[in-house]
Amino acid sequence: MKYRFNVLIIGGGVVGNAIARELSRFRMTVALLEKESDVGMETSCRNSGVLHSGINYEAGTLRAKLSVSGNAMMDKLCSELKVKIKRIGKLTTAIDENDLPGLKRLMEQGTANRVPDLVILNNHEMQKIQPGIEGIAAIWSPTSAVISPYGLTIALAENAHANGVEYFLKSEVLTVKKDESGKFTVTTSNGEAFSADILINAAGLSSCRISGLAGVNEGNNGESLKIWPCRGEYFVLDNRLDGTLKTLVYPVPGAKDAGLGIHLTPTVDGNILIGPSAEYIPEETPEDYRVTAPVLEDLRREAHKLLPDIKMSDFIRNFAGNRPKLTPPAEGGNADFIIEETKSLNGFINLIGIESPGLTSAPAIAEKVRDIVSKHIPLEEKEKFLAECSGFAGHFSDLSKEEQERLIKLEPEYGEIICRCEKITKKEVRDAIENSLGARTLASIKYRARNGMGRCQGGFCTPRIVRILRDEYGFTPEDYVLREAGSNLFTGNVMKGKD
Amino acid sequence: MIREKHDLVIIGGGPAGLAAAAAAKETGCNDILLIERDRILGGILNQCIHDGFGVHAFNEALSGPEYADRFIQKIRGLSIQVMDKTIVLDLSKDKVLCVSRMGEIKEIKAKAVVLAMGCRERTRGALAIPGHRPAGVYTAGTVQNLVNLENIMPGKHVVILGSGDIGLIMARRLTLEGAKVEAVFEVLPYSSGLQRNIQQCLEDYGIPLHLSTTVIDIYGPKGRLEGVTVAQVDDERKPVKGTERFVSCDTLLLSVGLIPENELTREAGIVMCDVTQGADVDDRCMTKLPGVFACGNVLHVHDLVDFVSMEAERAGKSAALYVAGKLAISGKEIPVRPGKNVRYVVPQRIKQGDEVSLAFRVTSPMRDRIIEVCDGGSVLMSRKEARMHPAEMVWVDMGKLDIGKIDSLEVRVR
Repeated sequence: MKYRFNVLIIGGGVVGNAIARELSRFRMTVALLEKESDVGMETSCRNSGVLHSGINYEAGTLRAKLSVSGNAMMDKLCSELKVKIKRIGKLTTAIDENDLPGLKRLMEQGTANRVPDLVILNNHEMQKIQPGIEGIAAIWSPTSAVISPYGLTIALAENAHANGVEYFLKSEVLTVKKDESGKFTVTTSNGEAFSADILINAAGLSSCRISGLAGVNEGNNGESLKIWPCRGEYFVLDNRLDGTLKTLVYPVPGAKDAGLGIHLTPTVDGNILIGPSAEYIPEETPEDYRVTAPVLEDLRREAHKLLPDIKMSDFIRNFAGNRPKLTPPAEGGNADFIIEETKSLNGFINLIGIESPGLTSAPAIAEKVRDIVSKHIPLEEKEKFLAECSGFAGHFSDLSKEEQERLIKLEPEYGEIICRCEKITKKEVRDAIENSLGARTLASIKYRARNGMGRCQGGFCTPRIVRILRDEYGFTPEDYVLREAGSNLFTGNVMKGKD
Repeated sequence: MIREKHDLVIIGGGPAGLAAAAAAKETGCNDILLIERDRILGGILNQCIHDGFGVHAFNEALSGPEYADRFIQKIRGLSIQVMDKTIVLDLSKDKVLCVSRMGEIKEIKAKAVVLAMGCRERTRGALAIPGHRPAGVYTAGTVQNLVNLENIMPGKHVVILGSGDIGLIMARRLTLEGAKVEAVFEVLPYSSGLQRNIQQCLEDYGIPLHLSTTVIDIYGPKGRLEGVTVAQVDDERKPVKGTERFVSCDTLLLSVGLIPENELTREAGIVMCDVTQGADVDDRCMTKLPGVFACGNVLHVHDLVDFVSMEAERAGKSAALYVAGKLAISGKEIPVRPGKNVRYVVPQRIKQGDEVSLAFRVTSPMRDRIIEVCDGGSVLMSRKEARMHPAEMVWVDMGKLDIGKIDSLEVRVR
């Protein structure tokens, strides 16, 4: 079977899905291929969830331009997609005099990048924003924000899907060819073939591999397209600590640092993240998300230093995410995003090295890619583009008691709690199970409904969700998959025959 | 929002809540509401299908469901109102609960509350075990639930980290269901489970217990667990270089401790004890918030359900007396402190002193010692004990104490 589309997007991260949603406004056929069993399973769900203001990127670069414009688009986007966003601002903090030149440089850069409302604060002024904060001065960037990175990715995907984009999950791209007629043919791991006029490579950690399959090994300006995966490890802290951090607090990064430094991030759902580290890992295993003992120990020490009231039991989980970096370990620092139609391969749009601030930039990247696509396919707006998602932003437990009472009358399952730690209801779990993309892993449910993300880490809700999937969706023990193909949770029944 | 009123609300229909409800009713409290989040009463006992429950309370070795059933029948006989499949979302200082269930969210105002929410298991996240995050890593209690209640087998080749009782029970259970249980690894130099479980669940089945050994890496690059690296640890629980070995398995069970489930307690601003992670209570099981009582695993983690029931009966009786205005609120109270070799003592305070029973745990295994309860320089009670272990709670019955003549109590082991 060969599927035909005008545009084929490879990669279901936040960038691929933002592009899909943007293109779904127009009269063209679009499909998205994702090798995992759901969208947003790699870098897009494994990061701090911070929307950056744009002060950290060299003036004139794509990273600077797209992060500032992407950040400015987020309020409208999140309101349309019912994604929770908190504009909590950020203090980039100089601990002592040695940090002041770096702080000054960032302020100049931010001003050049037209980052709104930047001010330099002294310690007294910093205290008003974050009581107890150390340091002699800080840049206050009020447009810095937090968001659920997987929440945004999933919402973009489901909205794009509602607007006609077709999703093919568990579809790893194996070959890319361009025939004489100028069309691309792509084959995937499940034996399907796709034909498209435009091919967009938004494959993140795999973008270098996909580009290679298309025979494109360097950028238009001769840049190497090699991806150097760089791991960041995190701890997630109990949302008991919600409210202790009023804002984002970052150190002044060194020019050679691979990331923005280890910091505390209050998440949009009330947890605190500590991390990320920056460790280059072998390029053969870009999706190796192991956490390591020495880094966890460092993070733990750092957390105790920054949050004196923290207890051992507040560390509820750890995870890692990998940055698709274009700069090799010896060089350090960051290269600019590569977002371009390859000169030598008409219709092939490469997005390489979209690490931080990729999440912030995603909606702006999507518009940039849309403009490239428009050179091939005229943009005619659809009459019925559904910009708005229904429902409410965040989770049922975020709503007022009065609103909860009203909704429970309409949907009784909002009254039944499945995840006790995060107070996630059966209705939310059901909506997550019945997601329009057809993703049916335990992770798919968790990333949508948030069950299992609390302090008991699914000890309570897992048996309940197992029961719902069996009794109401006909799951057999073999159907339960944690995340990727092969991550089966169970080996069978205890007793044979009817239970 | 709809508001109901009850004299006594009991949060949790496990062994603690059941015994508290029955005792409160028998003490004369007629308006009791027992709130249970699950479909059936009995709490964790429902998944404990092995026997050994009730040896102290009934002089019989019952299974968990049988033990629960004794109390459930009693609750029914006493016509106590039960609200099942209901979660308590909040508890306020003035004893207003917000509860949620299918089709309904409402507020309930109580004159007295018994906290009987039980405990939860420590997870991988709390231990920060390095490595991959594959399928096949579970807490022991979750697997007990899946195997015994949902008919689901988690894996075939099992390693257990931690020698807590649930892990030991599951070592036997999974072996009986055809899994190969490779070993139990315990980071401490002694086991954390009851001696009888080591014998009946490991030794009887030839499952080795490796002490001072822990899991230092989890390996599962393809999505399902393929094995763990274990290593011996030194006195500071740090892995010893050169002792690492890979143990292949598809399932890792964690039985690494239980944490009292006190989120509601903390939200209500009730004073907690840092060591037990339960509320600070007096000899009537009353917390520092008058009219709120705590018992069972939410107060401190027990090892035998019989003692949970006993403690809960005291809490239920006290709550009923409180409702009737017959429980002393003001007046002298004396502190109870852990002394040498004692990790904690419950209760933390004595207020009434007419039937004092102290529960404590020692800090490490010890033999041929003397337990002493002292008031400053004077020893009020002493008792010889041949063997004590951190995994086994020790009880000291003090009978009636004239607290007017005592300044404080210290429990120590010589």
